[in-house]
Amino acid sequence: MANYTEDDLAKELKDQEYKFGFVSDIDTDTIPIGLNEDIVRLISSKKEEPQWMLDYRLNALAIWSTMNEPSWAHVKYKKPDFQSIAYYSAPKQTKKYESWDDVDPEMKATMTKLGISMEEQQRLTGVAVDFVMDSVSVATSFKEKLGELGIIFCSFSDAVQNHPELVKKYMGSVVPTQDNYYATLNAAVFTDGSFCYIPKGVRCPMELSTYFRINAGGTGQFERTLVIADEGSYVSYLEGCTAPQRDENQLHAAVVELIALENAEIKYSTVQNWYPGDKNGLGGIFNFVTKRGVCEKNAKISWTQVETGSAVTWKYPSCILKGDNSVGEFYSVAVTNNYQQADTGTKMIHLGKNTKSTIISKGISAGKSQNSYRGLVQIHKNAHNARNFSQCDSLLMSSECGAHTFPYIECKNNSAKIEHEATTSKIGEDQLFYCKQRGISEEKAIGLIVNGYCKEVLNQLPMEFAVEAQKLLTISLEGSVG
Amino acid sequence: MITIKDLHASIEGKPILKGLNLTVKAGEIHAIMGPNGAGKSTLASVLAGREEYEITQGDVNFNGVDLLSLSVEERAREGLFLAFQYPVEIPGVSNINFLRTALNEIREHKGEKGISAKDFMSLVREKSALVELDSKLASRSVNEGFSGGEKKRNEIFQMAMLNPILSILDETDSGLDIDALRIVANGVNQLKTDQNATIIITHYQRLLDYIIPDFVHVLYDGKIVKSGGKDLALELEEKGYDWIKNNTLN
Ligand SMILES: Nc1ncnc2c1ncn2[C@@H]1O[C@H](COP(=O)(O)OP(=O)(O)OP(=O)(O)O)[C@@H](O)[C@H]1O
Ligand SMILES: [Mg+2]
Repeated sequence: MANYTEDDLAKELKDQEYKFGFVSDIDTDTIPIGLNEDIVRLISSKKEEPQWMLDYRLNALAIWSTMNEPSWAHVKYKKPDFQSIAYYSAPKQTKKYESWDDVDPEMKATMTKLGISMEEQQRLTGVAVDFVMDSVSVATSFKEKLGELGIIFCSFSDAVQNHPELVKKYMGSVVPTQDNYYATLNAAVFTDGSFCYIPKGVRCPMELSTYFRINAGGTGQFERTLVIADEGSYVSYLEGCTAPQRDENQLHAAVVELIALENAEIKYSTVQNWYPGDKNGLGGIFNFVTKRGVCEKNAKISWTQVETGSAVTWKYPSCILKGDNSVGEFYSVAVTNNYQQADTGTKMIHLGKNTKSTIISKGISAGKSQNSYRGLVQIHKNAHNARNFSQCDSLLMSSECGAHTFPYIECKNNSAKIEHEATTSKIGEDQLFYCKQRGISEEKAIGLIVNGYCKEVLNQLPMEFAVEAQKLLTISLEGSVG
Repeated sequence: MITIKDLHASIEGKPILKGLNLTVKAGEIHAIMGPNGAGKSTLASVLAGREEYEITQGDVNFNGVDLLSLSVEERAREGLFLAFQYPVEIPGVSNINFLRTALNEIREHKGEKGISAKDFMSLVREKSALVELDSKLASRSVNEGFSGGEKKRNEIFQMAMLNPILSILDETDSGLDIDALRIVANGVNQLKTDQNATIIITHYQRLLDYIIPDFVHVLYDGKIVKSGGKDLALELEEKGYDWIKNNTLN
């Protein structure tokens, strides 16, 4: 008799390997390893950057060299050796692609493996994809259509060249150079990323999407993203990643800055699936990300993320609710398995009057993983009638894993209303039995239960992305039963 | 259809079923009655394949296959359905999605194609009407926030949707008001054919006024100690279980 118990489930989850792990053979152009002023100058010159950009980088490097790596997060890992990382790697190309037909077939094959064939994406979903492979954007689509509306959606490097006034004005305005160790490092060595500007009153008619992918061995990736929604505009931005399987740890320290001006709205969705390491915890991605947005009057920023990857994740997408009546939202599903460690959460900083924030965090832990939620709700003195609702749920799939919740509340205004709810549950044997009694396989049953548990978050994602996210949840939690 | 022979089962080393025999043929309705703790739900769970129970002896033949060698989901796909005494809530999973997944698994098992969205929805309409289940309940999360009676009604709705060969109803009548009882019984009667069979576990003869059983069995201390026609239920109601206890003692 097939006695499938939770222990079996736990065992199965343990044995489950990363399914998207592969390395593609594309010539890359990598600079010597190590980090010093010469390297920063080299990066800047390779990118043919203006002086102001180089100065910005050098200033960041000077600050960084005086900083210590933080150690307060609820994660343990072998600290990366910053001198043994190559800080720049670009696919070797003689010229940028004029059209989709010019794209390296090898690269197309990679995208097919990822299930994100660009033709499909373009045809079916109308998603404009800015595909970042090893730090340099190699394909951008829908540019013309967006251009008609005055929307700028390009690589960060292009923005530095073509829109210096916007970059100068907003870069570092939300995440200042000295903000934190990883953000400062990023400011010194970032190689590329995405830039997006939505003009006044424009509603971006399609989801803007970037697929990130780390490819060359031993290359740290330092992305920089800047999204500016001008007054009364709206944009939905998608970010998704998968990464090839590797032996050594790969460091990723991205910075994302969102600026929502008066009456603007930014929806930023992430499905993150980086290589988590093998079942012994070796070789996964280290993901230290600084994501923050600022809301002016009546503006709204909504972060939605589904995290299933990385060996170590350290990430707190945050909102600074500066303007009166502004709204911040954070919806998150974080799955950890094997030896993965995630320390994620959000910060909601209420500065303006009548500001409102919502935090829905769903943690799922399996194997020997550790999953922590760390959230800060800060109500400043002048934030009259600020409101926050937080809900942090944890679902445990094994008895060896851990879930931790650290809610911090700092309130300096008595008119604030703050509500916090938290639950921890174990995946129910009764639920599994009920599903199976109706003929549903354990694999599908787990998929149903877990997706049901995450529904409030998945509902926030755009349709196509939600389907992808469900698949990721399924892949990361279900072994190949059979 | 199902032949249970000398079934012994225990949980945590404690014997619960102690040599149970029962045969149910296609087209029949059997009622199982018996005092609290006699092992009625245990029998249902063991037949459905719940893992906690250890089968120490006996065998069960279900339509020619060795039931005990199958996994829980294989039993279900072969046409065994259990209406739970305590239906489980699955937050965030709509009844519709749940049932469509289940139905397609069963169809796939039979080598049939998945059901189209359109056919599925018309099936939902037809079957929810049968048990007068509010269509809103069909699209809500499985049993979440359902009243006790609604949960029971939902079990029969699921039974109607999945069209099993053998249904085991574990105290489906408890917690139902008079109208709901009649509706549920009516549903069960309408689903009855000469190809399927039903085992009804109940404490009350009342249900048997609506669903007329072909046989009534008394389960006591892990065994069927008495079997008879529907009059046995009336006799039990009148005389109580002491009558059985005294009978089995001598
Ligand atoms: N997990 C368990 N651990 C220990 N004993 C159990 C367990 N599950 C059931 N039992 C015992 O098995 C016996 C039979 O229980 P069962 O639920 O089958 O009774 P029942 O006939 O359905 O009773 P009721 O009429 O109250 O529903 C009871 O004595 C019960 O306490
Ligand atoms: Mg019972």
